[in-house]
Amino acid sequence: MLNDFFIRALVAGAGVALVTGPLGCFIVWRRMAYFGDTLSHAALLGVALAFLLEVDVTLAVFAVSVVIALLLLALQRRASLSADSLLGLLSHSALALGLVALAFMTWVRIDLMGLLFGDILAVSKTDIAVVYAGGGLVLAVLAFIWKPLFAATVNPELAAAEGMRPARANLIFMLLLAVVVAIAMKIVGVLLITALLIIPAATARRFAAGPEHMAVFAAVAGVLAVVAGLFASLEWDTPSGPSIVVAALAFFIVSLLHLGDRRKAGGPS
Amino acid sequence: MLQSPQPLVRLEKAGISRSGRWLVRDIDLEVRSGEIVTLIGPNGSGKSTTARMALGVIAPSEGRATRRDGLRVGYVPQKVAIDWTLPLTVDRFLTLTNPLSRAEKDEALAATGISHLAAAEVRNLSGGEFQRALLARAIARRPDLLVLDEPVQGVDFSGEIALYELVSAIRDRLHCGILMISHDLHVVMAATDRVLCLNGHVCCHGTPQVVAESEEYRSLFGSRGAAQLAVYQHHHDHTHLPDGRVRHADGTVTAHCFPGDGHHHHHYHDDDDHHDHHGDAPEAGEGKADAE
Repeated sequence: MLNDFFIRALVAGAGVALVTGPLGCFIVWRRMAYFGDTLSHAALLGVALAFLLEVDVTLAVFAVSVVIALLLLALQRRASLSADSLLGLLSHSALALGLVALAFMTWVRIDLMGLLFGDILAVSKTDIAVVYAGGGLVLAVLAFIWKPLFAATVNPELAAAEGMRPARANLIFMLLLAVVVAIAMKIVGVLLITALLIIPAATARRFAAGPEHMAVFAAVAGVLAVVAGLFASLEWDTPSGPSIVVAALAFFIVSLLHLGDRRKAGGPS
Repeated sequence: MLQSPQPLVRLEKAGISRSGRWLVRDIDLEVRSGEIVTLIGPNGSGKSTTARMALGVIAPSEGRATRRDGLRVGYVPQKVAIDWTLPLTVDRFLTLTNPLSRAEKDEALAATGISHLAAAEVRNLSGGEFQRALLARAIARRPDLLVLDEPVQGVDFSGEIALYELVSAIRDRLHCGILMISHDLHVVMAATDRVLCLNGHVCCHGTPQVVAESEEYRSLFGSRGAAQLAVYQHHHDHTHLPDGRVRHADGTVTAHCFPGDGHHHHHYHDDDDHHDHHGDAPEAGEGKADAE
């Protein structure tokens, strides 16, 4: 019953979710949701550039994400505009620029819906290889910088004072996010990458006893959402990205119900 | 010069300027092993800035900040906010920057009196419990230099004294240098070796006694502040109980605390004139209430 393309989509989607879960925990802890949005919206600009310069799409998206991330770091240091205004400005400007640039390139036949919302049909074996190579690298680096990054998340000054070099960990974290945006774009689409970062992490928060715990649970919740969402997408012919996000949302709501049950049981907190 | 032990941290004519304004300037400061140095000063006088400069969190705009090679620091920052979304138990918090064995964790928790809170979530702790958890984390890594930025905030008066006593016990046990910031003008612990009084620059410095008696200190905090600083010298030989009575070093409990009650060490009365003029500990208690 399962078609070949569907297996590919499942494998690729699960690979993405395994990475966005742990990374998403840091996004939630650091209140960086809007930052993730900005990076993923800028991905469309990367796609446009890739067609214009005839380079690999994933590479171009990664490059644009890195530039946007560094730009943000630099602009935040100047702090002339509040951080959220700055992010909103960059996020939507990048999205609009990408859309306009793609419209100009009339010679390019492109599935805009697929870019914005993801397309399971588009997942190739090469994509799977990219997801697992990139994702594996991201997880390895994340494990390596976990301690300083986590210390910097709890308190940057404390981390700096005790020799954790938080600035370096932050910079590496930005680069990891750029990689994730580049590999997740095809599965969930540029508009919804942030959802895959945040919702599984938020779901995991309800069950987690510690930060590492939460990262693992978030990965699991993400994989479950991908599987459920893709099956739904196949069944009702809905776009893959939104279907996955709706499934993730459903799991999040179930996690809230679980908490309600515990409270009713009157267990000691 | 060469034989003298190298200071753990040293600031030389160090200053920080932001947008053309000097937050602090011309700071000379040294902390050595086994020594407690306290920074006091009004709000905005640059106490935290000075500490952060000493820690290397911010680089001085002028002058020099040097730390001994391989210096291991334990830091209790002034403000630590744990996000609701962060699942973090006290136990996990202890290992934030340093792996620790179970025994090391237990020792730090026991030393700060929060053994029963090991499994508690950090964000559910009360102010005083959280300060103890911060302190436990900082000492568990056995630092050479302990930097405490207002370690007694959110702690009530008797808890404050207990924490100060804990700090000096830590110094004795780990033989580390301690740089402490106190926003409490009236309570500077008796165990402090040197006090630096800051107000954008070093107003005056020396032993608590010397600083309390200096003109600069009096003009900054008024004579009442000076009186309270001096009065606190008594705390090493008596403790104020929550019900207002006083327990003395010899174990007796009296309703009040006054110099002639026979429970105090004599040398303070002999060589500390203004102490008698400015009154007894109960006045210090009232002064504290007035100030707040």
